[in-house]
Amino acid sequence: MKILICISHVPDTNAKIPFKDGQPDLNGIAMVIAPYDDFALARAVELRDETKGKLTVLNVGLADTEPTIRKALAIGADDAIRVNAKPVDAYFVASQIAAIAQVEKYDIIMLGRESSDFNGGMVHGMVAEILGLPCVVPCMKMDLAGDKAVMYREIEGGKEVVEVAMPFVAGCQEPIAEWKIPNMRGIMSAKSKPLKVVEPAAATNHTSVVRYEMPTQRGTVKMIPADQVEQLVGFLKNEAKVI
Amino acid sequence: MSNVIVYIEAENGEAKKHSLEAVAYGAAVAAQWGGQTVAVATADLSAEHAGEVAKYGADRILHIAGASNPQASDIAQLVAAAALQTNAGLVVLAKSIAGDLAVPMIGIKLGAAVVTNVTEVPNLAHGFTVKRAAYTGKAVTEVQLEGSIKVISIKKNAIGLVENPKVGALEAFAPTMAASSIMVKEVQKQTGELLLPEADIVVSGGRGLKGPENWGMIMDLAHTLHAATGCSKPVSDIGWRPHHEHVGQTGIKVSPNLYVAVGISGAIQHLAGVSSSKTIVVINKDPEAPFFKAADYGIVGDAFDIVPKLTAALKSAM
Repeated sequence: MKILICISHVPDTNAKIPFKDGQPDLNGIAMVIAPYDDFALARAVELRDETKGKLTVLNVGLADTEPTIRKALAIGADDAIRVNAKPVDAYFVASQIAAIAQVEKYDIIMLGRESSDFNGGMVHGMVAEILGLPCVVPCMKMDLAGDKAVMYREIEGGKEVVEVAMPFVAGCQEPIAEWKIPNMRGIMSAKSKPLKVVEPAAATNHTSVVRYEMPTQRGTVKMIPADQVEQLVGFLKNEAKVI
Repeated sequence: MSNVIVYIEAENGEAKKHSLEAVAYGAAVAAQWGGQTVAVATADLSAEHAGEVAKYGADRILHIAGASNPQASDIAQLVAAAALQTNAGLVVLAKSIAGDLAVPMIGIKLGAAVVTNVTEVPNLAHGFTVKRAAYTGKAVTEVQLEGSIKVISIKKNAIGLVENPKVGALEAFAPTMAASSIMVKEVQKQTGELLLPEADIVVSGGRGLKGPENWGMIMDLAHTLHAATGCSKPVSDIGWRPHHEHVGQTGIKVSPNLYVAVGISGAIQHLAGVSSSKTIVVINKDPEAPFFKAADYGIVGDAFDIVPKLTAALKSAM
């Protein structure tokens, strides 16, 4: 069983992100595995253990993402690939993942439902479409049965139980597994696990970010005394006009 | 002259409200291009409700009588086929779970630039740029889309339900479609419940409510406001409420007209899921709760006292 887990390297979700000249200023901000990818990684490690297979972690990023990749190795991935390029847009990233998957022929390709920086939620669908594989998103539970997987897929207002033959792509979210924290043995062994750096396959991005800005700030909050809730009703009706 | 394709999600014969908004969005772009707005719908849209799609700006409605309840890969196939047949320059889908996955697939099929979660009509002054939320609500970003065809998904309230009456009659459309290799074995769906991502008003509860047995007053307030109910991450993590009600960074991101937060302190991960709401009301007993800084209206006090009073005041005012 060959499993691929693709991770994004993103700012800590607790961080406040300043913007300078229309670009995020990530100086001094802790970088982490994107939260949804972290859920997918946790389940991927469990499935690898279950099947005694091999789990590879992949990231498209420059050298500064290596500590994040090492963390995934410490959590349990067996080896790593870093595609040495800036992840400029979803199409570019998906093309890199697909190029590697075409050669490596993974049984399962797992990703998070979306990254917490660009929030595109597109890479899994693009990878699946390029490779001609089925894609289950958002996947909340994944169990293997022979050459198939049974998954819970979230739908509007509920969930579906779906069955898919391998190989397939899954974009995962909680509660697929609990986040795993690397232990000391994992951290020590991660240092010597193979991390291969490859140059990107030819692909042109279709979109580019012109600039970032802070969202429009709300005006000052209007406080209403606890014993005058009817005032709030009046504001919602006549001022905000939302009821 | 380029045309605009809009995918219509429908249930029980009727187009979903967010898809009607997508039609209005598509029609606004088509008007600038001097092109047509072409809606694409499966058999889930009935002929008797087709007029509503035309009312928001559809010049034509391609109707696939042979397909219903489509999976994302089905939507991708039929939308891409329609886009190729109509010489489309833009494909618009409303944000939804199936739509979210169909969008990147359509992008690959058409070799198109793709952008999700668009919050405003595009700026066509220099090419084609759109605004969207990034860093999970902590930033707004402007993105340029290249190429002769673009695929976007729009968030609720990107343009609003703007009427733009057109003739839009149903035309039979039968693209070749490959069957999905994903087998649906079971569907567990709450029926008769207002869905969180679609609701105009959302009432959410947090740990301040002390236990699942106290959700009755949240339900009462939600019913009075015709609102959907949501919750914070800790609440769904401890199982007080189902996972699909979790609003926030790793849950559902909502952009309703009114978001009412009861007993939620306002952790940055929760704010990320609600920051694009039009109006935010926060009820919390802690005056230092960070949520008040992100709110339009706030009440400091005990939820158990304020929520029933608010429900009563709303009932007498509505």
